[in-house]
Amino acid sequence: MKLYKKILAFGLTAALGLSTLSACGSGGGAADTGSNETSEASDEGSDSEATEKTDIVAGLICLHDENSTYDLNFINAFKDACEAQGLVEGETYFISTGIPEGQECYEEAMNMVDRGCNFVFADSFGHEDYMIQAASECPDVQFCHATGTKAHTENLPNYHNAFASIYMGRYLAGVAAGMKLNEMIEAGDFGADEAKIGYVGAFTYAEVISGYTSFFLGAKSVCPTATMDVTFTGSWYDETKEKEGAQALIDGGCKLISQHADSMGAPTACENANVPNVSYNGSTQDACPNTFIVSSRINWTPYYEYAFDCIANGEAIDTDWTGTIDTDSVVLTDFNENVAAEGTADAVEEVKSALLDGSTQVFDTSTFTVEGKNLDSYMADVDTDADYEADTEAVENGAFQESVYRSAPYFDIQIDDINLLDTAF
Amino acid sequence: MHNKAPRFYIARRGDILWYKAWGIRAIAIALALLLCGFITMAATGLDPIKVYVTMLDGNFGTSRRFWMLLQNMAILLCVSLALAPAFRMHFWNLGGDGQSLMGALGAAACMICIGDRIPNVLLIIIMIAVSISCGIIWAVIPAYFKARFGTNETLFTLMMNYVATQLVAFFVIIWEVPKGSGKIGIINQSTQAGWFPQIGTNKYLLNIIIVLFITVFIFIYMRYSKHGYELAVVGESEATARYAGIKINRVIIRTMALSGAICGITGLLLVGGTDHTLTTTIVAGRGFTGVMVAWLAKFNPFVMIATTFLLVFLERGSAEITTIFGLNQSFGDIITGIILFFILSSDFFLNYKITKTKTQKEAA
Repeated sequence: MKLYKKILAFGLTAALGLSTLSACGSGGGAADTGSNETSEASDEGSDSEATEKTDIVAGLICLHDENSTYDLNFINAFKDACEAQGLVEGETYFISTGIPEGQECYEEAMNMVDRGCNFVFADSFGHEDYMIQAASECPDVQFCHATGTKAHTENLPNYHNAFASIYMGRYLAGVAAGMKLNEMIEAGDFGADEAKIGYVGAFTYAEVISGYTSFFLGAKSVCPTATMDVTFTGSWYDETKEKEGAQALIDGGCKLISQHADSMGAPTACENANVPNVSYNGSTQDACPNTFIVSSRINWTPYYEYAFDCIANGEAIDTDWTGTIDTDSVVLTDFNENVAAEGTADAVEEVKSALLDGSTQVFDTSTFTVEGKNLDSYMADVDTDADYEADTEAVENGAFQESVYRSAPYFDIQIDDINLLDTAF
Repeated sequence: MHNKAPRFYIARRGDILWYKAWGIRAIAIALALLLCGFITMAATGLDPIKVYVTMLDGNFGTSRRFWMLLQNMAILLCVSLALAPAFRMHFWNLGGDGQSLMGALGAAACMICIGDRIPNVLLIIIMIAVSISCGIIWAVIPAYFKARFGTNETLFTLMMNYVATQLVAFFVIIWEVPKGSGKIGIINQSTQAGWFPQIGTNKYLLNIIIVLFITVFIFIYMRYSKHGYELAVVGESEATARYAGIKINRVIIRTMALSGAICGITGLLLVGGTDHTLTTTIVAGRGFTGVMVAWLAKFNPFVMIATTFLLVFLERGSAEITTIFGLNQSFGDIITGIILFFILSSDFFLNYKITKTKTQKEAA
């Protein structure tokens, strides 16, 4: 009986141990990143600080790790910006990965403070409340948060939101997608009325809705018969669900896939099924050489540089900072010449200048309808509250003005020609 | 020709002297640290001593880190304490996660639905009652089926975890802010309705004191109370228990109700005491880690303090090394896994000894 107990206990614990290990190991080839730092770099940094500038110690808090395209995009930008400042990982800059959207974020933010950080940045929407809590307790440290919505109403001098007008990048990527559809229609692969796009989204809220709508409007501007199906996974990172979602869309007749979820699930499904894919957060060309067209992404390096400058010079960081094409925050990766339609790069460049001079607007109300009617007024929920109270008129000058009243997207309208297969509220 | 006798054989030990027992454990930990050191050097080229110092620093480096260590120990210990009486009764309650989650759900529901309408004292009293009830309900359902129909409690309690997770996911979607984002965020951040009071400026002390009380209570309950005696008898032999006139079904349900109540308190402490939110991952697998805590300590509540320390220390320490040395988080898990493996294996050597077989010559 005793022996039986022991075996059971051991079996249970071993099973638990294995399950924890395998759960974390599923990402595979995420080897360590440059562990052999020498101290040479750190000397450079401290030499030039003769003037009265504040030394920067920076911390980055990520929801997932390098296996997530979304987090990788932050990690790369953060490392670039820090190393440009002469900071050294583990000494003057720190990256914590796999921090859930809960109390753990607050604890890790405080750990960053304990490591001596005067700049702490969190990358996921659900981190916001915990960053606010940390900010209210540490007035001398600057807390910045990507994609958040509350800084402009919170009145904390050391808490800041940042985002970029990525809807413009999505629109440009959409143009590339539309041109690919046109090419396939001309090649006789399918009829013009079958030009259906598939989109794998994470959650059914403004950030995702704004993203797929701008992408769709970009595609429709060159391929007028385009329609779109959207499916949601209810998670920012779920490789299996994203892969299955993309496969279901392909089975449902979608000719081209894009996604707003952070794993390699959707791009992989496209590569396996040989369906073109417009990616997000960064190039997936290495893994998907035959289907990757282009990816839009936010380049966060300019923001980090800006924030570091502010701290060094003792200036206030913008409460709500919006990166643009001009600040080099909204960028497209290189096109994959093997997959993209001919002339895509030039055409996209043209649309980009039109966006910059204002002759084209992404959410131009004459280009889409809502329940069969044109949109001439829409009250958006810019100041977040529990009751989703709409507070700001967002339609102006014949277009929905996105990322103007706050950096994070607030376009949350279901437009015609986009068909939601499910929702993840 | 005859078969060669094996060179070693394994025999059960009787009672082991305390210093031998601790010697074996110390050797196990030393070997584990040594192996981890080798693996660290081979895989990353880092100095293993630096790695261990960083693990210490991650737990004790600042007073805040020390308090977080105590807080995380308190929560893990609370779940483990809940499991101990059930295990002593040989009722394999693997539902600590679900029972705690239901407690958390109950507390969060009170904070969200009636948070601003009634005085805070009353709200907290209601939260306590609701959380404990939720935990009890979630534990008593499998206990009842076990007592009444002899169902397998391991599978039943495990399944109840999934049901609890889905229930919480459902309510997160109802209460999410903003709509569609899949998260509730901090509940009543401006009014602090339903937040437990702080003792002085320390936000963790109250939780820690409550769990200490529960520790003492469970120790006395299991060792000195009639209930504690009864559940131990049921665990050792149901036939004996029946012969002694113990109502087995009643003991099973009563013990699981206690288990569920303490799990409910765990959820309550998480939601009302520190986190002030509700997510499907708020319990963070502690219902399973607690199984290990309870077993390693042989169900002694005070030894469980040491085993919780070990597990929380390793978890936090490995998180710290991944950040400081820029490693993938899986590396920390590997280190933790190796150390746990050695500590668990040392249990084998505490109960069995390996002796060299006497050869013919020696025997003669």
